[in-house]
Amino acid sequence: MPKILIPTPLRQFVDKQDAVTVAGATVGELLQALTNQHADLRKHLYNDEGKLRSFVNVYLNDEDIRYLDKDATAVKDSDTISIVPSIAGGR
Amino acid sequence: MAATIAPPGLSLTNEEINRYSRHLILPEVGMEGQIQLKASKVLCIGTGGLGAPIGMYLAAAGVGTIGLVDFDVVDRTNLQRQIIHGTKDIGRKKLDSAADTMLDINPNVNIVKYEAALTSENALDIVRQYDVVVDGTDNFPTRYLVNDACVLTGKPNVYGSIFRFEGQASVFATKDGPCYRCLYPEPPPPGLVPSCAEGGVLGILPGLIGVIQATEVVKLLLGKGETLAGRLVLYDALNMKFREMRLRKSPECPICGPNRTITALIDYHQFCGVPRETAEPATVQGDIDPTEVKALLDKHHHFTLIDVREPHEHQICRIPAARLIPLGDLPKRLAELDRSAEYIMHCKSGVRSAKACDLLKMNGFQKVRNMKGGILAWADKVDPSVPKY
Repeated sequence: MPKILIPTPLRQFVDKQDAVTVAGATVGELLQALTNQHADLRKHLYNDEGKLRSFVNVYLNDEDIRYLDKDATAVKDSDTISIVPSIAGGR
Repeated sequence: MAATIAPPGLSLTNEEINRYSRHLILPEVGMEGQIQLKASKVLCIGTGGLGAPIGMYLAAAGVGTIGLVDFDVVDRTNLQRQIIHGTKDIGRKKLDSAADTMLDINPNVNIVKYEAALTSENALDIVRQYDVVVDGTDNFPTRYLVNDACVLTGKPNVYGSIFRFEGQASVFATKDGPCYRCLYPEPPPPGLVPSCAEGGVLGILPGLIGVIQATEVVKLLLGKGETLAGRLVLYDALNMKFREMRLRKSPECPICGPNRTITALIDYHQFCGVPRETAEPATVQGDIDPTEVKALLDKHHHFTLIDVREPHEHQICRIPAARLIPLGDLPKRLAELDRSAEYIMHCKSGVRSAKACDLLKMNGFQKVRNMKGGILAWADKVDPSVPKY
């Protein structure tokens, strides 16, 4: 099954795991399965209209899904999905 | 090439030739490149965790003019990562402390100090005077401001950002490259992403990310190699993994796209939904001072003091009467609490406990108050034996 890498700020919503494996044929299905398992995560990934939030990017391997087929992007078992939220620390 | 063209006749002194010998024998730098560095001007925004290695290495490398923007004062908690400052500098202006360290490394460097916050009013005038900008700030409003100022003036923005054990680095706003808004069109709402002060940061992490930024600055100035423009490096210190994501210029980018809507600097505090910082945070209804909490405890007034920090913070210091329920566990543990009872919530500085108060009130709790300033204020006002972290 494809692996979803969870960034540090969001690990608190997935029982502190750094990666989660879920079943699905598209990026949208995988994220749906992920947020079904971890309901608290949903509002951090999606806005009220169900759109991916603009400070969270999702990558299929090294490509931003905004430049693929977005939620409909097909996923193979060997693929890695990365959720990369905006961070601002520097001091 | 990013840098200004070195004026003809600019040369290196014998001292400089000796100092930069390891650069001069690199064909990619050589005499021409080193003179180019000497002619270059770099603006470093922030002299903290990222700014420390950036400032030190750029000075050592012989960048001729380095502008520093900071208005902060060195604090003991900075020293775990901000290696440009030392114990002797506690209480000094970071600008003075950073400049002293950089001039000690290389007295040939011209340092320009800006003791101010970068704002929509001053940013363009400052940024315009430099060849490359390095972003070592620690908040979203300034990051969007730096990006927009760089896009509007056509200056490359060397970006780095850190959180706990993770870092990001890239180069934005090169001639045909993407900008920060192409990566993240909008910031998260305030409070959703904790700052390093709230979430912690591995002291070495800004060292590594800052060194990546300094490397990219020097490459941009020399016009050598392949920069991070169009690539986002993700670094995970805990697992020691580097990953690289492709970064594209967004056709919908509001500042660098073909249909741009932003043509001047905006109000970045408003854009990020952050209230402007005030010297003394206003007391909000439901706040209670630590001295009053102490008085209630002494009177055996019937209430429960709840510490919403993490267990590892509770181990550092605690108020004996407080019961630990970390903020993240609170929603699941509401059943342990009584809606008609009285609660006072506290955390480290009062931010998380304010969220805990909101959560309890939304769930029908009536008598909930927030201990103002958290356990740090308790240490200041009630019990000086409590260590501050």
